[in-house]
Amino acid sequence: MSFINYSSREINCKIVYYGPGLCGKTTNLQYIYNKTNPETKGKLISLSTETDRTLFFDFLPLSLGEIRGFKTRFHLYTVPGQVFYDASRKLILKGVDGVVFVADSQVERMEANIESMDNLRVNLAEQGYDLNKVPFVIQYNKRDLPNAVSEEELRNVLNPRGVPDFPGVAPTGVGVFDTLKAVAKLVLTELKKGGQ
Amino acid sequence: MATQLVMYEEEFHRINAVCDRLTKDANAKVVFLVDKNGQLISAAGQTHNIDTTSLASLTAGNVAAMGGLAKLIGENEFPNQFHEGAKDSLYMTLVGGRVVLVVIFDNRTSLGLVRLRIKKASDELEKIFIALAARSSAPGAGSPFAEISDADIDNLFSE
Ligand SMILES: Nc1nc2c(ncn2[C@@H]2O[C@H](COP(=O)(O)OP(=O)(O)OP(=O)(O)O)[C@@H](O)[C@H]2O)c(=O)[nH]1
Ligand SMILES: [Mg+2]
Repeated sequence: MSFINYSSREINCKIVYYGPGLCGKTTNLQYIYNKTNPETKGKLISLSTETDRTLFFDFLPLSLGEIRGFKTRFHLYTVPGQVFYDASRKLILKGVDGVVFVADSQVERMEANIESMDNLRVNLAEQGYDLNKVPFVIQYNKRDLPNAVSEEELRNVLNPRGVPDFPGVAPTGVGVFDTLKAVAKLVLTELKKGGQ
Repeated sequence: MATQLVMYEEEFHRINAVCDRLTKDANAKVVFLVDKNGQLISAAGQTHNIDTTSLASLTAGNVAAMGGLAKLIGENEFPNQFHEGAKDSLYMTLVGGRVVLVVIFDNRTSLGLVRLRIKKASDELEKIFIALAARSSAPGAGSPFAEISDADIDNLFSE
C-alpha cells in the first residue's frame, strides 16, 4: 500500500523479501545497505536472535530518485523464514506493494522453497492479495554452492508463471540489485496503472 | 489490492498543525504520526536527533505485534500503549484504526496531561483522516502516476 504525499511530493512503497529460513533474505538487504550512498539510505534495522536469525524483520529505507518531481522511497523488509514465525510473517506482509521471493538453490532446500512459496500465497490471500497479481520477482540464491540444482529446475518448480527471475549470490552481490530494480519497476508500473 | 494512502496539501497542513499543537499542549518532546504500515506522516517537536524513518517502521511493527497479541486473547486491538523509560517515556494511540499517534515525553510533563491532550488531538486527527479518505476515493481522484511513462521508470534505474 503505497503512500503518496502531494504536499511533500514523496511516494513511499513497501517491498517484502520472502523465502525459507537461511535462504539469504537478510544478506540481500545487507549487501544493498553496504553498496548504496549514505544520502540515499537510512539505517538498516535488524530485529534478530542472538544467532543472527531474523526474529521479526529487517528494515532498510532507500531513496531511488525522482519521477516527475516526486521523490521515490522504497521501504525494504525481510520476513523471518523459520517456519514457526508465521504470525510475524503475516504482519509484515500488511500493506505490501511488491514481493521478492528468495529461493535457496541447494537441492536439500527444495522442499523448504516450495513450502515457503505456498505459505506466501496463503498469507497474501489472507490479506486480500493475490500472488498472481502482486508485483513479484524471484531470486535463485546461493548459485555458488556445489549442491545447487539447475536454474531450469528451480524455474520449473517455483516459477510456472514466468515472473522476472534472477540467479543470485547474495554475499557477493550477484543478482542483488537486478532483483531489487526488477521489483521496484513492477511496483511503479502498478502505480501507473492506478493500483486498484 | 488495498487502497493506498494519499496525502493532500490541505489535510497535510491540518495534520501537522494538530501535531505541533499537541507537542506544546502536552509539553511533550516529540510527536509522531505514523501510518500502520510504517510510513511516517508527520513529526513535530525536537525531531533533529531522532531517526524518524526507523522510528516509524518500529512503531508499526510494535503496533502490528500487539494487535496480533490482542486478537490471540480475544481483544480486537490494544488502542493505547505506554512505555516508561528512565528519562523519556512513550505513549502510542491508534487513531481511526489506521494511523498511530506517538508522543515522547519526559518528567517536565505528566502522563495524565499527555493522555488528556492525546485524546483531543486524536479526535481531531480522526476527522481529518475521514475527510482524506473521502477525497482520495472521490471520482476523478485517479492515480497521480497515470501520466508517468515507461521511460520515466527506466530513467530512474539508468545510472
Ligand atoms: N554460499 C552462500 N551463502 C549464502 C548466500 N546467501 C546467504 N548466504 C549465507 O546463508 C546464511 C543465512 O543468510 P541470511 O541472509 O541470514 O538468511 P535469511 O534468509 O535472512 O534467514 P532467516 O532470517 O532465518 O529467515 C548466512 O550465513 C549467509 O552468509 C549465497 O548466495 N551463497
Ligand atoms: Mg533473515
